[in-house]
Order: sequence, then C-alpha cells, then structure tokens
Amino acid sequence: MTNSIHDMGGMHGFGPVEPEPNEPVFHERWEGRVFAMRRAMGFPGLWTIDGGRASIEALPPVEYLRSSYYRRWFLGLERQLVEHGLVGADEIAAGRSLRQGAALARKLTTAELDKALTRGEFARPTNQAPRFKVGDRVRTKNINPATHTRLPRYARAKTGIIEAVRGCHVFPDTAAIGKGESPQWLYTVVFTGRELWGDDADPQLKVSIEAFEPYLDPA
Amino acid sequence: MADDHSQSHSHDHGSELSEMDARVKALETILTEKGYVDPAALDQIVEAFETRIGPKNGARIVARAWVDLEFKRRLLADATAAANSLGYVSPVGSHLIAVENTPTVHNLVVCTLCSCYPWEVLGLPPVWYKSAPYRSRAVIEPRRVLAEFGMTLPSETEIRIWDSTAETRFLVIPMRPRDTEGWSEERLAELVTRDSMIGAGLARSAHQAAAK
Repeated sequence: MTNSIHDMGGMHGFGPVEPEPNEPVFHERWEGRVFAMRRAMGFPGLWTIDGGRASIEALPPVEYLRSSYYRRWFLGLERQLVEHGLVGADEIAAGRSLRQGAALARKLTTAELDKALTRGEFARPTNQAPRFKVGDRVRTKNINPATHTRLPRYARAKTGIIEAVRGCHVFPDTAAIGKGESPQWLYTVVFTGRELWGDDADPQLKVSIEAFEPYLDPA
Repeated sequence: MADDHSQSHSHDHGSELSEMDARVKALETILTEKGYVDPAALDQIVEAFETRIGPKNGARIVARAWVDLEFKRRLLADATAAANSLGYVSPVGSHLIAVENTPTVHNLVVCTLCSCYPWEVLGLPPVWYKSAPYRSRAVIEPRRVLAEFGMTLPSETEIRIWDSTAETRFLVIPMRPRDTEGWSEERLAELVTRDSMIGAGLARSAHQAAAK
C-alpha cells in the first residue's frame, strides 16, 4: 500500500511529541516476544524487510492508528505467516498448532544469533553506471503505486539536489511484492523547506530523503 | 485528539494488554510447536536488546570522534567501517552514516514512513520516535518539535532533517560540550545522550555532568 496512513510526513493534528523519562526498552513482556519472533521468522528468508513493512502498511488505517508499534508488528507478522502458508488462520483462531509445520530453509538457533542481531547487506553489485552525480538537480516523480514504495508523498514532484551517491541497493518497490531485488542506485536528495512546504516554510530548513534512481528525473 | 494521540503510543493499557499477552503467547506456542522458532533464541534476542545493544555503543563512538580527529574523518567517510574498527562496540552492519552537528547546522533524524533507526548503535527506538506526532511533524516544523524537547536553536541555524527512507541509517555526532578539554573518552561518553545522537537534544554539559 502506498498512499496510506503510514506515510505521515507533513500531516497535522497528531498533537505534541511527548518524550518519556527513563523509558524501558520494552514496556510489556509481549512486546519483546513480538520483536524476537519477527527477527526469528525473518531469518529463513521467506520475505524481505520490505515485505515486512508492506504487511504493516496494509493494515486498515484505523487499525494502524489505534495500534502501538509492536501491536502493528504482531498483526503484520500474523498476516505474513498466513499468506506464506506457514500458519493456518484456523491455527491462529485455535491458539495452537493443528498440523505439522512446513520445512524452512533455515531456522534461527542460539548458535547463529549474531546473524540476526546485525543488519544485513542491502548493497548489490551492478554493471550500470549511476545516472546522477553529486550536485545534479533532480525532480522526483509523481508516482502513486498501489503497492509498496519508499518515496513519501510529501517529496513527490519536488526538485532537489543530489547530495550523495550511496551505492546500488535492493529496490523496495519490487522486493516487497516478490518481484525480485532489481537493484537500483540510491541517492541522498536534499530539498529546501520552501520547495516542500511553500513560501511560509522555515527558510533555514532542509530535508533529505534517500531516493532510488527510478524515483528521479533530471531537472 | 487526546485519545488519538495516546493510541499512537505503545503504553498499552487494559484490554489491549491482556488481549496482546494472550495472542502473542498463542502465536509463540504455534511457532514453537511447528518447529519454526527456538524459544531460547527468542530469549537471547530480547536479552541482547535489553542489555548489550543500546545507546552506550553510539556514545562510545561519538566520544572517540570528539578526541580523535582522524577517527572522526573516517567515521564521516564510512561509519560502519569506522565503528567496527574500534573493536569495543558490538558489531555494526551496513550503511551507517554519521552526520555532524556544527554551530551552523543541526541535524535531526526521522523515519516518516515507518520507524527506521540505527538499532546497533542506539538500541531500539523510544516510543516518541515511533509516534505519529514525531513522524508527521519533524519534516515540516522541526523547530516546534525541538522546542518540545526543551531545545531552542538560533533562527539562523540551518536545520537538516534526514528522512530514513532506505536501508541507510543515520547517527548524529552532537557538538562536544565546552569545558571538557582533557576529559577521558569514558568520561566524555557519559555526556552523550541517546536523544543527542538522534538530534533531538544536545550532549549534556560539563556542568550537568557535575550536578549528577
């Protein structure tokens, strides 16, 4: 899902930011279990990090807003487990396993824990030269795909400057929907506040996004 | 409004807590019975993030950058490689990018689309970072957001927002506080708060440290 509630940049009305003094890592035990289950079930490689995000973005907007962060993770995990045939909806309803599990390519054990605690590598080799270089003016595309994308609404059809070339990376828009990694060059693109928000914006504001090459046209 | 706001937080009360407790336990049972997860591995993941993997890692990296300009140069060029070269912080995966606060530019990190955050150097994100108020407002009215953290920057200071829309992750190097010449790295690391490495605060001052 792309134009859904998760794409929050620039929205009004959510109230003040309220930092919590001496905040614990997890507020409830179940939050830690959800966190760990998502890490463990990501390990067999059945879905990508982008597929995981897409499963959360697909929550109905009202459900998304009324759920805490780890509740969203939990609901997205349930959805993915059912979609990939690893767990039946009947088993979730019953609260127990009703049949033998599927074979996984690999299972996270305590011996391999370090692999689940360190970020993976998302850069990929390529024969293609990057289309843009540092300093180039670019315009983001006006795209509204019904599937996952990482180009936020507030930064579509806006003109910015390439500030850095970050390498060639897995492309979330295809990886999220099982269409492969389709690696693309990734850039830091910086916009002025006024370009994004109009003449009343803070004149000293600059905002950058990390933009994949297919999101960009020369300006 | 008040209701919408509290619901965006993960302070779960009443029915959600008991409901989630039961549902999460049931799912863990299913996954364990099917042989998909090892509960001991889950225990260790939770334990790692409750103890080893947290903002102390980032603070040690920043303190080193404050005392060692050559290290800071390497950190700004390739933060993953520089952090791993220290050998005394837990391993850092790909695409960590360090950005430096100066008297003229203040950096602030957000993820408007989800809650991407440099877990390996800062641990898991606080609730406010994942909340709708922060994700919606940091890119459009960051000075007001910073004011809610008790921070007021001069109007001529450039505010640079980094929206974490890919697998790159950002670590802010806060400015070194005054009157800390000659301090050891360990002592300096105590001044480096989690919020200062997101850009939502400054490092603690020598005065604040003394008052502790």
